[in-house]
This record gives sequence, structure tokens and C-alpha cells, in this order.
Amino acid sequence: MSDIDDIDPIALAGTRAKGKRPYFFKDPDVDRVLSIAMVVAMEHAVTRQRLDALERLIESKGLLSRTEIDQFQPDATVETERGQWMQSYIARVLRIVQQESEALESGAAEPPLAELIEQMREP
Amino acid sequence: MSQQPPPPSWQHVGRHGIFPEGGHDDTARFDFLANMNSYLSTQLGPKVRAAYELRAKPAFEKAQGRAPQTRQEVRKAMLGDPIYQTWSALRRNAMEMRQQAGRALVFRQLGPLMAKAQALNADASGLKLDPSVAIPRHVSAVDIHCMPGGYHTEVVAEDISAGANYDSGIFATTGGMLGRYNDGGGQALAQWLKEKYPEFKPKRILDIGCTVGHNVAPLAQAFPDAEVIAIDVAAPMLRYAHARARSMGVRNLEFRQADAESTGYPDGHFDLISSAMFWHESSAKSMPKTLREVERMLAPGGLTAHLEQPQYHGMDLYEQFVRDWDAYNNNEPFWSVMHEYDLRQMMVDAGFDPERYFEAKVAGVVDRSIFPTASDEGEDYGRAALWTMFGAWK
Repeated sequence: MSDIDDIDPIALAGTRAKGKRPYFFKDPDVDRVLSIAMVVAMEHAVTRQRLDALERLIESKGLLSRTEIDQFQPDATVETERGQWMQSYIARVLRIVQQESEALESGAAEPPLAELIEQMREP
Repeated sequence: MSQQPPPPSWQHVGRHGIFPEGGHDDTARFDFLANMNSYLSTQLGPKVRAAYELRAKPAFEKAQGRAPQTRQEVRKAMLGDPIYQTWSALRRNAMEMRQQAGRALVFRQLGPLMAKAQALNADASGLKLDPSVAIPRHVSAVDIHCMPGGYHTEVVAEDISAGANYDSGIFATTGGMLGRYNDGGGQALAQWLKEKYPEFKPKRILDIGCTVGHNVAPLAQAFPDAEVIAIDVAAPMLRYAHARARSMGVRNLEFRQADAESTGYPDGHFDLISSAMFWHESSAKSMPKTLREVERMLAPGGLTAHLEQPQYHGMDLYEQFVRDWDAYNNNEPFWSVMHEYDLRQMMVDAGFDPERYFEAKVAGVVDRSIFPTASDEGEDYGRAALWTMFGAWK
């Protein structure tokens, strides 16, 4: 158990679930790439939603012009915050690579679920 | 192409006093996932079936000289089908992405969230934890429905993260079909009781495998004079559940860490014993023992009622196969076995009178605040709000 002040929220968010992961394609490399692509798709959608919110708010309040957004230059604090966001983003996108390594490092030999289903059948 | 209304945005999820606070991007992630699930179910799902009918089934018939006779044969016929593979890979990823989204939300605010829980749990007379309760193998063998750490793992002392993560994502996973507070199952049971047995006034109620207490809280509200007890083996769930119930003003509800196989309550102690989506996460060892314990604890004239996914008997083979997907691919190892059982016989073996056994089809109570023009369509093979209720009067 960790101390609350020592936890790493990004690492904990990506912890893999115990249980052998099923792969579906003839070549598991396809599963891996698809997994990465889907997260990119999700995060692209998140960004698109955020931009949409921002543009609509700007429009409704008449506060900014598009030129000001293009010319934005973050200060040091904002730069750090944006960097931390990038760390979290990359950990999300590359979850499957990290979880495959985590499975290897944990050393636990996990039986296929089909085996466990049979075990659970035993009274 | 028919235009489906999108599932309700996560911005409408019910925010009780211990619900994790999400920002714009958390909402957008859950909304992406709800829409992806909807696409996989309503758009790609029928194409998987078509791939079976047009490609996998004829190939099986050609090779074997007969049609598939079991859902396992349907599964074998489908494992190599590219559309099935794509659909499955996307579905598995949706589950993993949901977990990461919920855990990212929870762990970045775990300190403040635990402070809230501790304040709400300060009067802990209704929270009885017992560290000597062992986590059964069927709970710990794999992390059920790909929830890292399962229900029970404590990352920090006094942890509530598993409960908060579980609660945060149900709305997206079910497309809001369980209502803003994800309590459509409990609401359905309370409504069914009020409509069918208006004279039934249980004094003591027990809910087993309560997780975050979302389905037992409506029962406590429906029977405000009853003493309601909810048990689970997982302490992080119970801490969160207690804080959740108190923040929602539900006070006649006690949470206790206990294994439903052996609770220690006296014979005939309860008038109503319920569960929701509990048995498919049990095991062939545990389920008969637990049913006997339910029978023992139930008072004469009492009722036990359980909400579950439908049983496979008499179900179309392809639908059985699709429903079985979660057993193999979403860490639900007992799902497949449990849905084969003759539940009536299980209950009789536990000591119930076969004449007093019942099964009913129960639909989730639709939350009109998020579905003003709700339809009953769009069931998602095991995730949606159409259940079997089984049970017995004693």
C-alpha cells in the first residue's frame, strides 16, 4: 500500500487488469496498433470537443479573435502545466505497450480464461 | 443510414457528495466511449451477426456437415472472422480505455476525495469493516470486467479509489440506461415490489454483493422504516458506498464487510434479501453455499429476489455466443457457467419450495431526466437494462 502523497496518478490510471489479455487478430501486432489508434481517436475527439466549447464561448462573449489564439505564447507555469498534460496524454496513448511489459514483469503465469471458466465450473 | 440519438452526455451523471469531480475532458472521454459502445452495439453488432450467417456458419457447415450446435461451436467458427476480430478488439479496447479514463479521474483527486469520504463517514455507525474477511478466489482470480485491482485492492490506506472508479464509469458503459445515479436496477426492484406486492413491508432487508450500494439505496428509500444492511467483501467499495448513501440522505442503510457465504446473522433474520448482477461474479463453489445461506437467513413469509442477465436456456445460439463474449474477453469467468444453470433447481437445492420459486423479466426504470423520449430499444447484449429476476418466497 502506498502513502497518499506518493501515488503516481498517471501510472495508476494505466494499471492493467489481472487476467490474460485476449488478442483477436491473426497477428497480435494488429491488436497493438489498433489499440493505440483508438486512444488517439478518443483524444482527438476530446480535443475537438474542447476546441468546439472554446470557440462557442469566444463567439458568444466576443472576447478573443482567432489571431490571438494563433499568437499565444505560454509563460513558464503554463508551459509546465502543458508539459504535464503531454505526459498524461502519452501514457494514455501507449497504454498497451506499458501493460504488456507489466504482464511480463509481474511474472504471473495467467491461464487463459477458458481454463478458468472450467475451474469455476468445479463444485 | 438510420440516425440514432446519441447517448446522454456524462455531464448529466448524478453528482452525489462523493462523486469524483470531472472537467471538460473527462466528460469528453466518457462521451466518446459511450458513443463508441453505442456504435459497436447498434452499428457494428448487426454486421458481426451478418458475418456469422453469411460466412462463418456456412464455412462451419461445409466442414462439419451440420450447423453449430452450441455457443462454443459458434465461437470457434467466429474466432477467425475479420469482422468479429475487429469488433472484439474494439470492444476490449473500449473497456480498457474506460478503466484508464475513470482511474485518471479518480487518482488525480484521490486525496481530496478521501477527505470528503472521511467527513461523510465520520459517524461510522453504519460502516462496519472487518479486515479478517478473506477475499474469495472468484473475486481475486482475475480483475472482474477488466477493472484493475478488482473491487478489493487498496492502493492507499482507507482507500475508496476502486469504488469511485467503478461509480464514475457505469454511466458511460451503459449509455445512461441505468439512470443518472446508475440505480435503475434497485429502482426496478423497488417498483416491482410496490406494484406486485403493495402489502409487503419488510422490516429487515439484506443486499448481498452491494459494491457502491447504488442498487440497495433505492430499496432503503422505498422502505424508510426498514433496517437495511448491505454486505460486500471489498472494503474500498463499502467506504465509498457508505459515504455515497449518507451524502444522498439515505440513513437507514448499514454497510458491512462480510462474505455472503457465511454472514453470522441469525436464522430467519431478514424479510427481504436482494442482489443485483451478483451471481455471475460468483463461482460454482460459492453460489450453492450462498443460496443456502440466503435461505437460512430469510424469515418465513420473506422474499428473496435477484436481478441478473438472462439465462441461456432456450436462447438463440448466436445470442448466447454474443452474451458469452464477456466471459472470455472481459474477465467474467463465471458468467458463462452461471448462465447455463437451472436456477429453479439451484434454489430448490438450497432449500426453497419449488412452488414458491419465480422468474420475471424486469426492465430498468428509465430516468426521464436524461431520456425525455425514451424507447425500449437498443439492448446491448448484457450491458443494458433488461434483466431476469429470479427468487422465491419462503
